[in-house]
Amino acid sequence: MPAALTLADVRLSLGGRVVLDSLSLSAAAGAVTAVLGPNGAGKTTMIRCCTGILVPHGGRIEVLGAPAGSAAANDRVGLMPQATGAWSGVRPRELLDYLAGLYATPLPPQEVAAALGIDAFSGTPYRRLSGGQQQLVNLAGAIIGRPELVFLDEPTAGLDPHVRRQVWTLIRDLRAAGVAIVLTTHAMDEAEQLADHVVLLDHGRAVAAGTVAELAAGRSLEQVFLDLTAPEGAA
Amino acid sequence: MSGLDLTPAAAPAPRAARIRRHALIETRLVVRNGEQLLLALVIPLGLIIANAAVGARIGIAREPFIASVIALGLWSSGFTSPAITTAFERRYGVLERLVATPLRRADLLLGKAAMVAIVALGQAVVLAVAGLLAGWSPQPGLGSSLVAVATALLGLVAFAGLALILAGTASAELTLGLANLVYLLGAAGGLLVPLAAFPAWSQPLLALLPTTAVAEALRAWSGDGAAGPFPGWTIVVTLAWAVVVVVIARKVFRWTS
Repeated sequence: MPAALTLADVRLSLGGRVVLDSLSLSAAAGAVTAVLGPNGAGKTTMIRCCTGILVPHGGRIEVLGAPAGSAAANDRVGLMPQATGAWSGVRPRELLDYLAGLYATPLPPQEVAAALGIDAFSGTPYRRLSGGQQQLVNLAGAIIGRPELVFLDEPTAGLDPHVRRQVWTLIRDLRAAGVAIVLTTHAMDEAEQLADHVVLLDHGRAVAAGTVAELAAGRSLEQVFLDLTAPEGAA
Repeated sequence: MSGLDLTPAAAPAPRAARIRRHALIETRLVVRNGEQLLLALVIPLGLIIANAAVGARIGIAREPFIASVIALGLWSSGFTSPAITTAFERRYGVLERLVATPLRRADLLLGKAAMVAIVALGQAVVLAVAGLLAGWSPQPGLGSSLVAVATALLGLVAFAGLALILAGTASAELTLGLANLVYLLGAAGGLLVPLAAFPAWSQPLLALLPTTAVAEALRAWSGDGAAGPFPGWTIVVTLAWAVVVVVIARKVFRWTS
């Protein structure tokens, strides 16, 4: 089966700083690919390149067989941004109805809202939601178009353990349905629980990749992370 | 289990539906925004009421003033409001989020344009009705009506282009401050004050501003405008601004902050 996402030798500098340094990785359909790395490692920048917001200076990105940023690609992906991603005054249900209206065969907004517990605050302006509630709305927005590939940028940051488990269940359901999932996270337990494939990023470069078992090899994933990556700002 | 059928089936809605959806949500958000309403309706309505109450005593004639206030409203709907909302859309990552949907950039811009047109039209109707209730009696001719409509439409395009240039390059906070400052400068420079009231040396310069052109076209439509350098000059000015700022906006607009 061809990869849903392929990055080959992708390079990007911003403000004179190398952000992506010959980054290569791939993500398969029906699998969870976890991209781990310290703050500033280039995870969010990588996603921005995959959706066409940023254009790499070199290399190649193919999204569902189409060039990154093309309509053929962006029509079929879902994105859960790391922060905000919605108008401050929009109400969750209003946002979901709007996003659903951009697709021909979306998930019914009321079903998505009910499944993720958004019903309870569906009429509250986005700016008045808690961080966790905003995360759930962003997650709902990412899946409402029935995408083939979903980018989840730190999907459980700020969520309480109950909601975190609920999100994990949804991610497993997406995988079972054949969706390719690319998630970034700082939570090693999340990667261990969910990931079929892990890519470790450091200073914009993939320094290790494989299954959790292959990478850990008897150690904890967190120890591997600490051994192979440097904190933000370190050379 | 989430109970959702998550089988991939992504496909875009028809283009007209996407644009309509975007125009409607932007319109709803603007109409619900108190600060935008202040600029769009409260201040202009206050000016109309103030003019009705004391305008005659302080020598501000009603006819050109109501047309000037409608032009001021178009300035806020075409420039100030889109500049501020778009800058905060960049700040909040809304534009970045929408890129990963079937909404094309052209759809988004057309939706925004439709929102500006809807708000401006509604605002013009409300202000015109308020003006009529205050005793305004415009004397439009066919020629001045055509010129006023064309100038207003081109002026809105120019205003919106200026808004995108500012919002697409500056931070949200800077845009907020500058957009309000420029709103006041526009009001003082040819929108509320007729061109003929300025010193003769400054009139050719002020006549080159799109704000002046829109206001002068509406004042002429109302039956009390200056003749200007040649018939239809306001169309030429706003057309030139519209073309130039749209070209610049396409080049400089950045989708992320």
